[in-house]
Amino acid sequence: MPDLLLEFLSEEIPARMQARAVEDLRKLITDRLVAAGLVYEGAKAFATPRRLALSVRGVPARQPDIKEEKKGPRVGAPDGAIAGFLKAARLKSIKEAKVQADKKGDFYLAVIDRRGRPAIDVIAEMIPEVAQTFPWPKSMRWGSGRFNWVRPLHSIVATFGPETEEPEIVRFEIDGIKSGDQTRGHRFMAPAPFTVRRFDDYVAKLENAKVVLDPARRADMILADAKNLAFAQGYELVEDEGLLAEVAGLVEWPVTLMGTFNETFLAIPGEVIRATIHNNQKCFVLRDTQTTKLINKFILVANEEAADGGKAIIAGNERVIRARLSDAKFFYETDLKMRLEDRLPKFNQIVFHEKLGTQADRITRIMALAGQLAPIVGADRVNAERAAQLCKADLLTEVVGEFPELQGLMGRYYAEAQNEDEEIARACEDHYKPKGPDDLVPADPVSVVVALADKIDTLAGFWVIDEKPTGSKDPYALRRAALGVIRIVVDNRLRLPLKKVFQKVIKKSSASNDLLAFFVDRLKVQLREQGARHDLVDAVFALEGQDDLLMIVQRVDALGKFLDSDDGKNLLAGYKRATNIIRIEEKKDKRHYTAAPDTKRYQLPEEKALADAIVVAKKEASSAVDKEDFAAAMRAMARLRPRVDAFFDEVTVNVDDKDLRENRLKLLNQIREATRAVADFSKIEG
Amino acid sequence: MAEAKLRASDGTHQSNLDPSRSFQGLIFAMQQYWANWGCVILQPYDMEVGAGTFHPATTLRALGPKPWNAAYVQPSRRPKDGRYGENPNRLQHYYQFQVILKPSPPDIQDLYLSSLKAIGIDPEIHDIRFVEDDWESPTLGAWGLGWECWCDGMEVSQFTYFQQVAGFECSPVAGELTYGLERLAMYVQGVDNAFALNFNGRDDDKKVTYGDVFLQAEQEYSRHNFEFADTAMLFEQFKMAEAACQKYLGAGWANGKKQRHLMALPAYDQCIKASHVFNLLDARGVISATERQSYILRVRELAKACGEAWLATEGGGAASVAR
Repeated sequence: MPDLLLEFLSEEIPARMQARAVEDLRKLITDRLVAAGLVYEGAKAFATPRRLALSVRGVPARQPDIKEEKKGPRVGAPDGAIAGFLKAARLKSIKEAKVQADKKGDFYLAVIDRRGRPAIDVIAEMIPEVAQTFPWPKSMRWGSGRFNWVRPLHSIVATFGPETEEPEIVRFEIDGIKSGDQTRGHRFMAPAPFTVRRFDDYVAKLENAKVVLDPARRADMILADAKNLAFAQGYELVEDEGLLAEVAGLVEWPVTLMGTFNETFLAIPGEVIRATIHNNQKCFVLRDTQTTKLINKFILVANEEAADGGKAIIAGNERVIRARLSDAKFFYETDLKMRLEDRLPKFNQIVFHEKLGTQADRITRIMALAGQLAPIVGADRVNAERAAQLCKADLLTEVVGEFPELQGLMGRYYAEAQNEDEEIARACEDHYKPKGPDDLVPADPVSVVVALADKIDTLAGFWVIDEKPTGSKDPYALRRAALGVIRIVVDNRLRLPLKKVFQKVIKKSSASNDLLAFFVDRLKVQLREQGARHDLVDAVFALEGQDDLLMIVQRVDALGKFLDSDDGKNLLAGYKRATNIIRIEEKKDKRHYTAAPDTKRYQLPEEKALADAIVVAKKEASSAVDKEDFAAAMRAMARLRPRVDAFFDEVTVNVDDKDLRENRLKLLNQIREATRAVADFSKIEG
Repeated sequence: MAEAKLRASDGTHQSNLDPSRSFQGLIFAMQQYWANWGCVILQPYDMEVGAGTFHPATTLRALGPKPWNAAYVQPSRRPKDGRYGENPNRLQHYYQFQVILKPSPPDIQDLYLSSLKAIGIDPEIHDIRFVEDDWESPTLGAWGLGWECWCDGMEVSQFTYFQQVAGFECSPVAGELTYGLERLAMYVQGVDNAFALNFNGRDDDKKVTYGDVFLQAEQEYSRHNFEFADTAMLFEQFKMAEAACQKYLGAGWANGKKQRHLMALPAYDQCIKASHVFNLLDARGVISATERQSYILRVRELAKACGEAWLATEGGGAASVAR
């Protein structure tokens, strides 16, 4: 069966867009092939900086023939109906339709007998359609044309044919560019056009013309060469997947070379060197195999085999890196000349948010909050306040200005350099954590305090000015901040009464309650993701005054374990039975049975026994809850189970004696009340 | 190529004009190359601008249907980039070499690469790369797609296909090439400090360096830009330029139908003026982050209105209308 080869040769495609474009091209073409009845054997797409290519193997030479019958209106139907039928069935006149009879009379029938078209014709229509609507993240026009592509498109190869024969060109035209069977090699090393037939010779000829088509192979080549170059000199490559993919998208013919920079630059923190060389120059750094410290070498990936063996390229890159590192060194040394606290006055001029004041205001608030949180967390108050005061100062340093991703880390280095207490220095770095679901949670008390104060201040601020996240919009990453607080509290087993904390920073109680509700939602999401049942979360939240994240988590955990046991399941069943009866009767009687039962009206021993058991269970559960022993509270509840079962076995609730009935309903209600010591069972499903 | 021709015509002074030894030689070679190709070689615009793009030969000529090919040096002022002459490659005043080709020719990338050859950068031994860089000018209401062009890891030019200018779609599309001349010269001359660039290509007692020409200016203007520029006056100038721009735009319409404009260029001058004054105020640090946005917006509104007016002129391709 024939194969399709397609190549779009253009000006340089941004590296970051190539992987997605490969996927899109393959999918858009193969989806259309399948929709056209052309079921293929396999397809693979590729990208280089200048080309987007697709190979589809085993495409049928023709579409299958299609035979179908389309039922039309009755004979004698209104003209409109007939016209519609003709259009839908693609008939020129009603004479082309057959007439058939059924029970209701004669009706028209169109017999559509469509011969499958040659695949090459179908594909010739398909490709321009895909090209015109290709989903580039950003596309452009050029010259006088109207066509949109990621960068100007220069030529298109499109061939189709079986392996044994000379393939044909799939003929079409896009914005004046005619499809053909010619392409070009490397921009500098092999720019002359050449003819290709099918995928195999295409790949081989490209390789001769200094183009490696497969991005994965280019990445492998770069990685292997870089490791070898490093290894040969006793070093180790600092790998970086993102950088590797990007570099592989910047070259058609990777040539890996090693350059050197002056050793004196190694006085700069390694992260700064790495950021400089990675971000700005897209080069790799190397480290000493023994000490794991960076060494004064870098790996660059050029796009060609230079006539001088790469001397000029290495020299050029070394110069640029020297200049960049000189800048970085200058920034770093300049930063070291000024103490962090001396930078703070400048925050008076920097607006954090129009409605939330300056950065200086914010730092003052974080300091105050840190002072309040320190005793709760068990951190040194003076150090916590000092850390809160200094933790943002590195934002005003030159290095962080240049490499924002180094914020925090530089703060730590600068704090260490000015001999701050180690836990203060660490907090400068760690207070941003956790930055995402996979990031570590700070554990050092001072870091914990500042991390909490920073996040809670942000959340409280945006709640006060009512700029909460909505739907997919969360420009200030408030959900992440809340989740950060939750993880810090739970992982460090902190007892943090959120409500009290919020009331300290938010005056309006409605906003403070709303923020608490937001936390509850985030915690639900978090617990659900960890596999907790959402109904158990609801059952715990439904209790009054739940603002202690750690207690909530532990209670949900205990409740889950309890309900997995037989006692738990049966108690829940008894509870459901009791509440069902009460609900039905309350509805019938249009009144509530929430008052306490009259102990004198108990008639049967099972009533008395249940009543006594409830008193004991309630007391024991409450005292266990007070001790935060939720498992014990659950066990206390479990002891109710035989009494509840016995009650339902022996006692009839709906008796004729009105007073007795009322008292028994009130007793049932006590079961409901008792269970509230541990959770709101009504929220539990099943 | 350009160099070879110079050598043939004048054997005695060839080395003075060698682009790899002489800053002005580099400019000459660039001008000659693009003149040979067919560009109009313009002189710098006689107003303070932040980049060669602000020259009406780019901003306005990029709009409308008429073909246009021009190249020129544009002194560019970025008040905030001043470093009192102490940073080897940050300057508040520097030169851009600007090429605008409308419609962008199909071989524009090859033309660009040949221009590098003309100043002595041979792609056989240098690694030249086109790295994604989308360009946007919020003040001009303009954007385009293209690349930074890297030579052995150094950005030496910006290459942009204009998609929109002054809020109007560019059709046909103009290709813009912007060479940072000091950087390019530093590269071909092999020096690490802009002030050490050989300006006139002489090695004898007549040698003049870039520092000889510009160091004092960098020091003085940095002082001016950051410390002493009269902000009260500048705020006033901004308002005046804005008002004048609007006034000329309003008065320039030939009739009530807004089909013909007769003062697009003078109005645009005031837009340029406002933009530069804003940059000075920004360097003085007297504009807050929120105000900054609104100033940018005000300049953009002027630029848009100027673009609209330009499109109603002959240069902008408007059909002639009886006055």
